[in-house]
Amino acid sequence: MKDRTIICRCGDLTLEDLQQLIREGFTTLDELKRISRLGMGPCRGSTCLELVAREISRLTGVGIGQIKMPTNRPLLTGIKLAELAGEGDD
Amino acid sequence: MVLYTDLLVVGGGPAGMAAVLQAADSGLSVILLERYDQLGGQLVKQTHRFFGSKDEQAGTRGNVIARAMEEELEQLDNVTVLLEATALGYYEDNILLVSAQHSLKKIKAERIIVATGAAEKMLTFPNNDLPGIYGAGAVQTLMNLDGVVPGRRVVMVGAGNIGLIVSYQLLQAGVEVVAVVEAARQIGGYLVHAAKISRTGVPIYTGQTIKRAYGNGEVEGVELWQLDHNWQGIPGSERSLAVDTICLAVGLRPLTDILVQAGCQMAYVPQLGGDVPLRDDNLKTSNHRFYVAGDAAGVEEATAAILEGELAGLSAILELGAKEGQSLEVKKRTVKKKLDKLRKGPVGEKIRAGLLKVRRDGNAGKDRYSHTG
Repeated sequence: MKDRTIICRCGDLTLEDLQQLIREGFTTLDELKRISRLGMGPCRGSTCLELVAREISRLTGVGIGQIKMPTNRPLLTGIKLAELAGEGDD
Repeated sequence: MVLYTDLLVVGGGPAGMAAVLQAADSGLSVILLERYDQLGGQLVKQTHRFFGSKDEQAGTRGNVIARAMEEELEQLDNVTVLLEATALGYYEDNILLVSAQHSLKKIKAERIIVATGAAEKMLTFPNNDLPGIYGAGAVQTLMNLDGVVPGRRVVMVGAGNIGLIVSYQLLQAGVEVVAVVEAARQIGGYLVHAAKISRTGVPIYTGQTIKRAYGNGEVEGVELWQLDHNWQGIPGSERSLAVDTICLAVGLRPLTDILVQAGCQMAYVPQLGGDVPLRDDNLKTSNHRFYVAGDAAGVEEATAAILEGELAGLSAILELGAKEGQSLEVKKRTVKKKLDKLRKGPVGEKIRAGLLKVRRDGNAGKDRYSHTG
């Protein structure tokens, strides 16, 4: 089996995929998120965003501290539909 | 239904518990949220003895400290503890949405202390998703809480304190630690921990890292290689180790999502683990309702987390007009002195450098969040 380096575990995005997208011109976290769905899985980017920022920095030369993070929105983790529907509400 | 409270503390680890304990005789209402089904955070699995001064519980095991704090907490009738309660988001009308035991709750608080801790960082290397690759913290939970060993032959990546301590605990559990690997030229953790590992015959390789993992459906081994001075792998320096488990102890990242959503000004500070909120010397952030304490404010040790929790707790309840304000002010000054003392010397150098970048002045680290809806 071919070696794969996983960047976004929720979305199964590999380092190869990411490098290809950066080469195509998607060089911000926001753009990469929209085109690949990275950071939009159950972990809400807690594992991948920093790894992606590092790779953008490496390939574009922009300092890691200058790389804009995507907007952080609720919900921070997955919940069950039943919770939203108010099941078990008092 | 909205729950109203004077003080809300998010996170029941050392910082959060310490914060809540300050409100003991304040006459204020307090809610403490904890994501898991027990209080204590990382302390509950820290079965080793703490270092430092006697005042700060040196010589006591982490899980014992957690139990003592919890017992003290149980005595307080102005405090409501919600277990299995996860903060889901913060909204403009100052509502914190919480999932507590699978039911949604809205909480509105005058002051909020965010003590959410930190998460483990990951590494990029080929086959980094093979079963058998763990964070060191996860391994510590698995062994010390659940009583399950992760495998038989382990390589530990990272020789900071977590990597060293978990390596020792693996050995204690009868697991073979084949090697500890550290990318830097020097061991990051305390020498006492490193010496303990070395005495058992486990080699610590510095200036090396993982090149790739291999295995058919699960980890069967790891290839290591040496790094040059630009942190690039040196071809020809590879060596293979047959292991069934790779344990990553490559640092922690502060969990600050709620603070970001609350519009707190942030700063990227590598010395503190990543993006952290700017704060004043009482740990108050740029949003007047919010304080931060513990690893969420910058990754440090549990002792610092406890002191920061005390400081944020005291500051918040003073603002809320707690009784006996005079004596609380005195207590606050003592806590600040203890924190300064803890961060003195070469061990605290990195933290001190980081803390210079979290003040609202020209030296602040860059805010990587744009804070627009």
